[in-house]
Amino acid sequence: MSRHSLVAWLFLAPALLLLAVFSFWPVGFGSYLAFTDYSLIRPTQWVGLENFRYIFENEMFVTGLRNSVIFLLMVPFVQVGALALAVLVNNQLPGIRLFRAAFYVPVVTTVSVVGIMWGFMFHEQGTLNYVLMLFRLVDAPVGWLSHDGIALFAIMFVTLWRGLGWYMVMYLAALQAVPADMQEAAILDGASRWQRFWKITVPMLRPTIAVCTILSVLAALKAYQEVDVLTQGGPMNSTFTALYYAYDQGLKHLKLPRALAASFIVSLLCIGIALACLRYLKPKHR
Amino acid sequence: MKKLGPHLLHYLLLSAIALLCVFPFWWTLVTAISTEGNVFAFPPTFWPKAPSLENFAEVFRVIPLMTFFRNSVLIAACTVLWKLVLCSMAAYPLARMHFKGRKLVFGLILATLVLPSEVNFLVNFITVTKLSLVDTYTGVILPNIVTAVAILLLKQAFEEVPQDLIDAARVDGASEWTIFTRIMLPLIAPWLATVGILTAVEAWNEYIWPSIVMSKPDEFPLSVGVLYLRGTFGSSTRVIAAGTILTILPTLAAFLFAQRFFMRGMDGAVK
Repeated sequence: MSRHSLVAWLFLAPALLLLAVFSFWPVGFGSYLAFTDYSLIRPTQWVGLENFRYIFENEMFVTGLRNSVIFLLMVPFVQVGALALAVLVNNQLPGIRLFRAAFYVPVVTTVSVVGIMWGFMFHEQGTLNYVLMLFRLVDAPVGWLSHDGIALFAIMFVTLWRGLGWYMVMYLAALQAVPADMQEAAILDGASRWQRFWKITVPMLRPTIAVCTILSVLAALKAYQEVDVLTQGGPMNSTFTALYYAYDQGLKHLKLPRALAASFIVSLLCIGIALACLRYLKPKHR
Repeated sequence: MKKLGPHLLHYLLLSAIALLCVFPFWWTLVTAISTEGNVFAFPPTFWPKAPSLENFAEVFRVIPLMTFFRNSVLIAACTVLWKLVLCSMAAYPLARMHFKGRKLVFGLILATLVLPSEVNFLVNFITVTKLSLVDTYTGVILPNIVTAVAILLLKQAFEEVPQDLIDAARVDGASEWTIFTRIMLPLIAPWLATVGILTAVEAWNEYIWPSIVMSKPDEFPLSVGVLYLRGTFGSSTRVIAAGTILTILPTLAAFLFAQRFFMRGMDGAVK
């Protein structure tokens, strides 16, 4: 190895070591442990698909996996909402920076605080029920987090609330990179605002839309933190997600192999989707 | 009037969405500084009643808030410092050196973006246990130091530095380390600031991992401590609301004063 290469590797070594231990090792070792009866106190034995059989016969995991798939319903709302927000704030109107900040504030708020605040909002005597009753949208207070048919959607809404601002910034950056002369040429040709949006802006934004959609799909499949701070899986286990099951089993009940089998399934789903999307949506320019 | 019409609608729409984003914060603030009336009632209180800082004082009596605060500062500061050092060291050769295996390393770093890192905490918990780092801040910080996003941002920053500067230094006989610390790092200072401030907020907000590594309440950062406050017997909604406000104040301040860093940071990460 040349001296120059050696120097390069020395620069990289500490970062690579940490990545190896905390990013790559968990994937490899975790996948292996999913097929064992690992525990911290006795020797490990290979058990084949036993853990997978267990979780797929377990109601909490099956509900969780189904809920994780239901979470995907959020993706179009987040993406369309964020793109619409970005279009709304992509101008120099007075006070626009203040609005951008307001939309982004939920993103910089820790999830535990989000859980507490939305717990207040969703309270039976809380503001949400008050407003809905004021406009006669509901007749009686709704138990947003205590009704097993509703709680999951309440959690999904909070996830949407947290995510909008983040994607808005991504889209805003992309919108600002759309060359102004293209828009001007289209205006000269008499294109309407609506036509310009669909014929110029959206095609220019395709790579960003693709990346954001993939990120959003993966985030939806892997959602579990909001569950922990809002319902802890209840009422009656109705808000378990696949990863919340992994978290609950692995760290609250110390059943690591089961937890890892569950996260193995989620990882397979995620990697499969990511690869499929990358293949299909590979940006052509640059 | 013809001009104001569409703008009026525009502002109404913006205000409605902004209200949805900000209202939970406002309600929590009102609840925290009010001392009279029911917390949950129809109609809700939208304006403080008999405002005082009493509830905030109560937070300090119920939980060791200053300790939580210090823990959060410690975790955020160490994460930022180590991330800036190690990630810029990793980004520099990737941006400016030609060496065997460069493509492979870059590919590996990119791969961590696709890997489902959210599930790493299970095995990382085992690793941290084996390394005897449970209940230590090192255990909390270590897995968060190196991230692909930080390396990519800094790599891009290094790529923008003119080659002439490096060549001139090499002619003068400067070592790679001198070039890195004396020439490159000062030139990418704005990017280091961006990565630093994004990391600080991220580390401050992190909730799951510290709650896994730290088992004793005295060691909690604020993000975990505020939920501990909710679980504490006898803390009223007003006190919880006050604790919530105290928890988010630093990140909100950081965000409002450095808004452009957040907007720019994301932009760079996409490319």
